[in-house]
Amino acid sequence: MPVRNIFDIDTVRRDFPILHQEVNGQPLVYLDSGATTQKPQCVIDAIVDYYSSYNANVHRAAHSLSEKATARFERAREKLAHFINSTSPREVLWTRGTTEAINLVASSWGSENLKSGDKILVSALEHHSNIVPWQLVAQQKGAEVVPIDVTENGDIDLDALDTLLGEQVKMVAVSHVSNALGTVNPVQEIVQRAHYYGAKVLIDGAQAVSHFPVDVQSLDCDFYAFSGHKLFGPTGIGVLWGRENLLEAMPPYQSGGEMIETVRFSGTTFNELPYKFEAGTPDIAGAIGLAAAIDYLNRFDRQEVAAHETQVLHYAIAKGEELSGIKRVGTAKQVAGVYSFLLEGAHPADLGTLLDQQGIAIRTGHHCAQPLMERYGISGTARASFAMYNSVEDVDRLFKALAKAKQFLL
Amino acid sequence: MVISTPHPYTQNPFGTTISADDICNTLSFFDSWEDRYQYIIDLGKELPPIDDSYKDEEHIVRGCQSQVWIDSVYSEGTLWFQADSDAFIVKGLLGVVLAAYNGKAPGDILSFDIEEYFNNLGLMGHLSQTRGNGLRAMVKKIISVAQLTD
Ligand SMILES: Cc1ncc(COP(=O)(O)O)c(C=O)c1O
Repeated sequence: MPVRNIFDIDTVRRDFPILHQEVNGQPLVYLDSGATTQKPQCVIDAIVDYYSSYNANVHRAAHSLSEKATARFERAREKLAHFINSTSPREVLWTRGTTEAINLVASSWGSENLKSGDKILVSALEHHSNIVPWQLVAQQKGAEVVPIDVTENGDIDLDALDTLLGEQVKMVAVSHVSNALGTVNPVQEIVQRAHYYGAKVLIDGAQAVSHFPVDVQSLDCDFYAFSGHKLFGPTGIGVLWGRENLLEAMPPYQSGGEMIETVRFSGTTFNELPYKFEAGTPDIAGAIGLAAAIDYLNRFDRQEVAAHETQVLHYAIAKGEELSGIKRVGTAKQVAGVYSFLLEGAHPADLGTLLDQQGIAIRTGHHCAQPLMERYGISGTARASFAMYNSVEDVDRLFKALAKAKQFLL
Repeated sequence: MVISTPHPYTQNPFGTTISADDICNTLSFFDSWEDRYQYIIDLGKELPPIDDSYKDEEHIVRGCQSQVWIDSVYSEGTLWFQADSDAFIVKGLLGVVLAAYNGKAPGDILSFDIEEYFNNLGLMGHLSQTRGNGLRAMVKKIISVAQLTD
């Protein structure tokens, strides 16, 4: 029987060694988990353990170390499958991250399923990683990437989606949670509407998976992409989940070792799923580290974690309303993990510098979402992004530091 | 150094009335980050704003964080620069850079060790390799202009 840990913020913080240091002479407040999350000790230990006790290549050798590495590597895949409620680990492909996962679909699925005149819809909220791969394949195929507008408060405009949907739309690619504004998009609703027209749906879950449970079956989407490093796991590993029948029909993305069944100069046959899409030696340590991160998350009741995060985020939103001059960017119906804001009269880059001097790590700029910034007529925002290890005290430090920065800049 | 017609570039205090040494000396007085950054912000206020007509594609140095515009003229063996940014601290840092480069001969620009200068000022973080660092991109531009005219 799995034992659940009661969520306790002080205990959780102790699990993340990096949080306990000074930056510029001040205790670190890390509010840039949207860019990458910190890692709990158990993830670091799992990677060290792999390299110090059973490092070997997977699926290749006949020796015991390789068997152990292969077993752990494939168990990691099963864990990830379970994590997103996939029906089978065959639908879970390892990638380098969200970006590579989307590129894989755009390139492989796109090459077989797109033709001149087709449309790919992406929301105006998207990260460049969920825009540019589609632009590239669209260019090759004579298809078109069409943005779905967002409303002033940062929600995807579902009426605009309805207007755009039609026979020619073959793919709708949207984020589950916006990295720039924190908007939680009604992806289930979007899937329903897109499927009605026969379009496939890819969901960029990079900013979602660390904040709340994701169930690809109930979402009913066709592809779901996310990055390990935004989910308390290591960099260099990510997941593309895809429906088995779609993946089966797609051509390989890259080619080489392990994704092959037989190679003859007369012709090559490819390995079965998921290996067909995993050319070359994979990031074994990454997969094992990510599985450890999933184990860590599963120690908790995820609803409890989400409730804590919501409390911290809403506390930040309320504090922002109290400090004059602070303007929140994006006031979507439902938000997760992100507080994007401006200080009127000050440049976000200056805020970032002055907060850094006070030990507060935030991100400033366009957040790789230039079309969205253009939509709002701004060059960027300051973004505090939160994870399970952030506390209301972190928010207090943020606003104390903001009040000080304000004295400098206004 | 005399320029025959009065030129807006020579009105820039950085590199003329405010030298790199002046900035080093002043910054070394301050102990707290507050004083240092107040000084940098104040330096930014002394940087003459670039004419809006220069805020175009040709003059922009794009960074992820902030934007920088720069223009240069070469006259009688001397390079003159004008630079501006949409961020206050970046503006101050542009002043710090121009104190070293503005109104100098290309050869002097090329032999100046900007890394050491920023290191001594305790501002190395701002010249970091972070992708899209506008300040670093601007330094590169200045150096390439100096190489062209040297
Ligand atoms: C919404 C979203 N999509 C895609 C990405 C790209 O993720 P990665 O760089 O891990 O491939 C990010 C990361 O910033 C993101 O926030």
